[in-house]
Amino acid sequence: MTSSPLTAEAPAPQTTPVRGRRRVRLRRYGRRDIPVLVVLLGIPVLLDLALIWATTVASIGLSFTSYNGVTAIKWVGLRNYEQIFTIYLPFWTAVRNNLLWLGVLGLVATPLGLFFAVLLDKQIRFTRVYQSIFYMPVVLSLAVVGFIAQLIYSRDYGVLNSLLGRGSHPIDWLGDSKINIWAVLVAAVWRHAGYVMILYLAGLKAVDPALKEAAVIDGANERQTFFRVVFPTLRPINIIVVVITVIEALRAFDIVYAINSGRNGLELLSVLVTANIVGEASRIGFGSAIAVILLATSIGFVIAYLTQIIREDRQ
Amino acid sequence: MTATTTAPAGVVEADRRAPNRNRKPLRPARMVLYVFLTVVALGWLAPLLLAVYASLRPYAETAKYGYFSLPHHLSFHYYGLAWSSGDMPKYFRNTLIIALPSVFLVLFFASFVAFSLSRVKIPGRKTLLIMFAAGNLLPPQVMVTPLYTAYTKIPLPTFLSSSETLYDSYLGVIAIHVAFQTGFCVFVLYNYMQTIPTELTEAAAVDGASLWRQYWQVILPLTRPALGALATLEFTWIYNDFLWALVLMTSGDKLPITSALNNLRGEFFTDYNLLAAGSVLVALPTLIVFFALQKQFVSGLTLGANKG
Repeated sequence: MTSSPLTAEAPAPQTTPVRGRRRVRLRRYGRRDIPVLVVLLGIPVLLDLALIWATTVASIGLSFTSYNGVTAIKWVGLRNYEQIFTIYLPFWTAVRNNLLWLGVLGLVATPLGLFFAVLLDKQIRFTRVYQSIFYMPVVLSLAVVGFIAQLIYSRDYGVLNSLLGRGSHPIDWLGDSKINIWAVLVAAVWRHAGYVMILYLAGLKAVDPALKEAAVIDGANERQTFFRVVFPTLRPINIIVVVITVIEALRAFDIVYAINSGRNGLELLSVLVTANIVGEASRIGFGSAIAVILLATSIGFVIAYLTQIIREDRQ
Repeated sequence: MTATTTAPAGVVEADRRAPNRNRKPLRPARMVLYVFLTVVALGWLAPLLLAVYASLRPYAETAKYGYFSLPHHLSFHYYGLAWSSGDMPKYFRNTLIIALPSVFLVLFFASFVAFSLSRVKIPGRKTLLIMFAAGNLLPPQVMVTPLYTAYTKIPLPTFLSSSETLYDSYLGVIAIHVAFQTGFCVFVLYNYMQTIPTELTEAAAVDGASLWRQYWQVILPLTRPALGALATLEFTWIYNDFLWALVLMTSGDKLPITSALNNLRGEFFTDYNLLAAGSVLVALPTLIVFFALQKQFVSGLTLGANKG
């Protein structure tokens, strides 16, 4: 928010590293500077390489083995993938649920968040109060959200069945594998919309009011002003929101895990990965293969996001 | 300028009210907006209010009348029960053992990395920046399996971990938090430091300040607002974490509070009112942090997003 006016001019000094000058600069650092740099830059870089990148690469490697943590690692080629795609039933349920998750976050939660942001940007009284309320679910742990969901959706005592007057024919919102994913998605929307709202509110505040005034003078109505003038200037925010939404949808884990450990209609790819290593089932190779499928889905978005960053940095 | 609902008239209205824009008289369209927002806001609060309400009522009562009924008895009984029989002080302490060092190390490492990437002409610094930023975007489940395997095989002295391996130790959980979250903070702080004029560190260098002093005495004080924002955000995220402790720990009494919440669930019978009281207690610290430091919280998120 505060940084946006400055960022435009900031990269300028960075863009002038002439070959000769660079050498001079490096030499400028004294004998004491190099050890400090090596240690304090080295530790986080090594930590990141070892725990994030090496493990990601290891997941890819392990996914072609039948490793179970005890016996020797045995290469099995594509067998894990073959089994996942053909005989491992929870997989397709999980894929469907992850897609639903993405669809609902993208088509319901995100527009809702944008809508809240637009309404709250209208110089409203108590706008802070409304903002806090809409944003509040975001700070709650997803595990807590999962538990609160059980109070509302409980078959016998839940609020929802009482409100719908279904005391005699209660609906088992979380137990019925046909509908429980939708019940959980409501909770996910509840949490995601506030996040999106905050991002858009910051973006809307940064929009030059002169743009809107000009549009109004040109006779644009409010809808036209928003969709033709304001929304296009929010492009950087839009990209972030898309990336965050996709990543949230792929990472979704805690809510379903808190509700029923992600079984009975609430399978997600992330849950299947952990289910294959936590507890008795120590199918590391198999779990890794599911993780690699998850990685393959998200990597495209990660790259798209990074190219966007680099492009903006060059400007 | 906010021209509401009717656009052609909006121009005239806006001009007339230019001196005090904030105090518009209530027009019907505004009224509708306020009513709408208030209704939605109440709906948004409802789940949490319901949890608080349920936690104040005995199980027998809600079992008989359902959660959607008038109260007969209200008490804080379940809070005491969750606090003592759920062993919550211990789990809160575990959370702090993990969260405080993690947040401190994340901010320290991330600020130094961001400083050196933005001020020192290190070869390949763009690659390093991308490595940090991209690492934070990967799904954590991709790291879970090898991490779990590696942790069970890395020995630790007993005074660091009673399990004698990195698995089931606080150190292991802290390490992955630091590695994972540093990526996000490096990215945010790098962008923030780009806005600080390079002349400042250059002048300090001319005056003979070492690299460490340029970082500690010149850049870090100017980065304080961003650090405050990130500290708030990171504390909440690490506090709320569920996955890492679940996968990388096994002893029940080492678990952080969010993962330990499951302990309140009985083996054969779950008292949801007790669970509600536990949930409220677990949510309380993050809600307090949020309401007390809302400004930092929001600016932390938008710092990461606005320049992206």
